[in-house]
Amino acid sequence: MAIKQRDAQASFQGQQGVGALRADEGIRAELLRRLAKRRANLSLFRSVKIRIGLGILGFFVLLAIFGPVFVHQDPQAFSSDVLSPPSAAHWMGTTQTGQDVFAQVIDGTRMTLLVGFAVGALATFLSVVIGLTAGYFGGVVDELISLVINVFLVIPALPLTIVLAGYIPVRGPLPVAVVISLTGWAWGARVLRAQTMSLRKREFVEAARASGESTFRIIFAEILTNELAIVASSLIFTIIYAIFSEVGLEFLGLSDVTVTSWGNMLFWATNNQALLLGAWWWIVPPGLCIALLGAGLAFTNNGIDELTNPRLRDASRG
Amino acid sequence: MQFLLRRLVFYLVALWAAISLNFLIPRLMPGDPVLLLVARLQGQVDPRAIAALRLQFGLNANSSMWSQYVNYLSNLLHGDLGTSIAYFPSSVAEVIGLGLKWTMILVGVSAILSFFIGTLLGTIAAWRRGSWFDTTLSPLLTFFSAIPYFWLALIVLYILGFLLKWFPLTGAYSLDLEPGFSGPFILSAIYHAILPAATIVISSMAGWMLGMRNAMLTTLAEDYVLMAQAKGLSERRVMITYAARNAILPNITGFALSLGFVVGGALLTEIVFSYPGLGYILLQAVQSDDFPLMQGIFLMIAIAVLGANFLADVCYVVLDPRVRQER
Repeated sequence: MAIKQRDAQASFQGQQGVGALRADEGIRAELLRRLAKRRANLSLFRSVKIRIGLGILGFFVLLAIFGPVFVHQDPQAFSSDVLSPPSAAHWMGTTQTGQDVFAQVIDGTRMTLLVGFAVGALATFLSVVIGLTAGYFGGVVDELISLVINVFLVIPALPLTIVLAGYIPVRGPLPVAVVISLTGWAWGARVLRAQTMSLRKREFVEAARASGESTFRIIFAEILTNELAIVASSLIFTIIYAIFSEVGLEFLGLSDVTVTSWGNMLFWATNNQALLLGAWWWIVPPGLCIALLGAGLAFTNNGIDELTNPRLRDASRG
Repeated sequence: MQFLLRRLVFYLVALWAAISLNFLIPRLMPGDPVLLLVARLQGQVDPRAIAALRLQFGLNANSSMWSQYVNYLSNLLHGDLGTSIAYFPSSVAEVIGLGLKWTMILVGVSAILSFFIGTLLGTIAAWRRGSWFDTTLSPLLTFFSAIPYFWLALIVLYILGFLLKWFPLTGAYSLDLEPGFSGPFILSAIYHAILPAATIVISSMAGWMLGMRNAMLTTLAEDYVLMAQAKGLSERRVMITYAARNAILPNITGFALSLGFVVGGALLTEIVFSYPGLGYILLQAVQSDDFPLMQGIFLMIAIAVLGANFLADVCYVVLDPRVRQER
């Protein structure tokens, strides 16, 4: 019965195909063109938000890589120009010990981005492994892992991070990155678990299972590749979280305060009462950079959201 | 009821996890940080503080991990969080008690304000999607949400406090007033809280606004909204009682989850304003390696956030009849 039905369907489709072949080639070309246009509409770079976001992100990445090559000044070098406002010699003024703020901002980009991206990669790796395992296996495994995920979601992260960072005997960017990763994976894991649960009953997964692929391969080759958009979105979200936490910990002096980074600049500025001395140029540049970078990441994230959720996309177009 | 009971059990598990993490962190760290601290503090602080520290972290007794754990739990149940190093000989519980009320009021009021303002703005933005209100406000608030709380606090303090002198630079109340339930004192406390609260509201508003906007866009496409409009109901009524009412549920879950994040930002904001809450005490603890105090603050904040989460769940049950009917 089922076979007959399928045969009938196939022959029907065959007739349609013959009909389409006979039809004017112009219609075919028009259809193809429309299809291509639709694909282009859906591609990453059509979205204004994503373009702005990736533009900002790209600017800071280039600044981190090449900035220190062009700025030859040592960001930590003292000079006799103490607390001087922005001028031709010091584009963003100087600190209380005569360090050049501009050189510090450029050099600090590197460390701030490095920690942010490292945490993003590490925490996203954790959330992929944990979220996909929970979502794929279901049952008791899922119950237990979900409990852990939810517990990590409700426990306030920053105070926990502070306790962890405080106890680590060595202070520096690496321990800070590890500590933030340990507290920042739960959000991504939750989203990925939900998506994996809806994917695991799909036909392509069943097919992979039937053809005898190993469980490891099914999870990380079949399912993971089908939720890369969510992984990307969760990666960006984690990087935002990482940069915020990193800057916060550095501001408290819980990293290595001799390293040049945006958070450490704010630590030194507030510890030297920069605002009460009227030295706004010491405070404004690093914070503005953080805000710009964060906004760039957030725009990219919103843009991806709109791509995957057509309702939001149509709304933004008006 | 069953839903609330399940949530309550979950929060108790989360609380147990937080307490156990608190116990394990110092004991699992490489290189024994407590031992290092004791060695470093020798001769710098009161020997009795070191003795208290040794006792708290089980450095003296050769007791097993398990008996240390039981001991730790029983101390906690008696409200004993250990002795502070920075504020020796005060106990951690006393020090935290000083700051807790300021933080609870400041963060509580500003989180609720920010939730309501953000949700309202999100509702309007979704209702008038594509208008200038929506297209300027959404990116603007996204930018504001990308600003670290404490940096916005620094800028606000510099402009409104230092340059214009409209608001006080530090503290939670004017120091020549006697703390108490008197009119001038309360007015002074509100006056001092405006800048920190505004900072927290502005920084945290965006998340709730964008969440509400996205949820609203989904409900606006529903048939019952169209039906309500077809019936000729007033625009405000359709927007608030038909669309917003159904879109607000995910935002309430979001309120609970982002609360921990807001509290973290608020702690750093307090530091900038020298506001005498937990954040300010936390800074003192970090600067003097006062581990018991750091841990006590973490535990207090965890309890407060878990409690607030449970309250949000209660609201959820009140607002969503489906949860109530579930058997």
